[in-house]
Amino acid sequence: MTAADGGLPLTGALPELADVPWRPLADEPALRRTDRRWTLWLVAQELPLVAIAVGLPLLSPLLVPMSLIALAFAWFIPDLWAAKGAEVLRPPRLPGGVAPSAETRAIGLLGDLIDHRARELLTRTGLVVERGRLGVWVIAGKGAVLVRGRGRRVECYCVRATGDDLPLADRIAHLLLALRADEPGFATVSNLSFSGARWRLSRRLPAPAKDGLAAAAMASGNRDREVSSSP
Amino acid sequence: MSRLIRLDQTGHTELAQWSSSDPAAFERARAAMDAELARGYFAVAGDGTRSAEQVRELPADAELVILRRPIAGG
Repeated sequence: MTAADGGLPLTGALPELADVPWRPLADEPALRRTDRRWTLWLVAQELPLVAIAVGLPLLSPLLVPMSLIALAFAWFIPDLWAAKGAEVLRPPRLPGGVAPSAETRAIGLLGDLIDHRARELLTRTGLVVERGRLGVWVIAGKGAVLVRGRGRRVECYCVRATGDDLPLADRIAHLLLALRADEPGFATVSNLSFSGARWRLSRRLPAPAKDGLAAAAMASGNRDREVSSSP
Repeated sequence: MSRLIRLDQTGHTELAQWSSSDPAAFERARAAMDAELARGYFAVAGDGTRSAEQVRELPADAELVILRRPIAGG
């Protein structure tokens, strides 16, 4: 069954949820569980390498170079995951068929869908920052990043509008509309490619995307302070 | 004046406009939306900059209804 078959009511929940019936809905407890799972998985990958790095020099000082190599691997493994996550904020390769006039029209409509501050950020970074109930989202053409935990934690989601002929701004508009219509459904339909520290993701981003992520982190900090101070 | 817009390869296309005082225009907009839903588009109604709601029928009082393609995890 696919979304187009109309397996779910089309009012309220995202119809695309019908394509992923096995996934639990991504609410706050589910996101916390996912974060913990990612952290444990990373620790499980790191521990053997750190143990090797510590143990080899104890066996023989001649093994210090091997120990350094193990340490380098321990550093690069989470970095590779972060690089995978950073892909969602890079502009997608668009086919040559998208006319510049189409992109201009798409940017015009996307600008109408966001407020003045978000529009200014869109002009500077090519990204849309949107406050949600689960956190603050940074939306790009190939996916979105959810910033949580006072701006310290990120989840990178690969998700895109179907069809290669859409202008970039239209792709962002698709994701923005789906997110606004059903935020937990949006996170459920998307594929998680990285969960971890914001600083680690930020290191792998081009400068404009770094700015967008920093703006989202600031908004996330403000949002979390408001939530914690509300009665 | 309410608008029905489709996101497509041209950036976007305005398919219809209607107002509460023009039932014929509303019917035309509803027929246009039904045709796009049948082609696999999904409709989102909203007020522009804040909220959006997934809809299956054209809401007469919506400011803006946007037809979008399905999204999928990449």
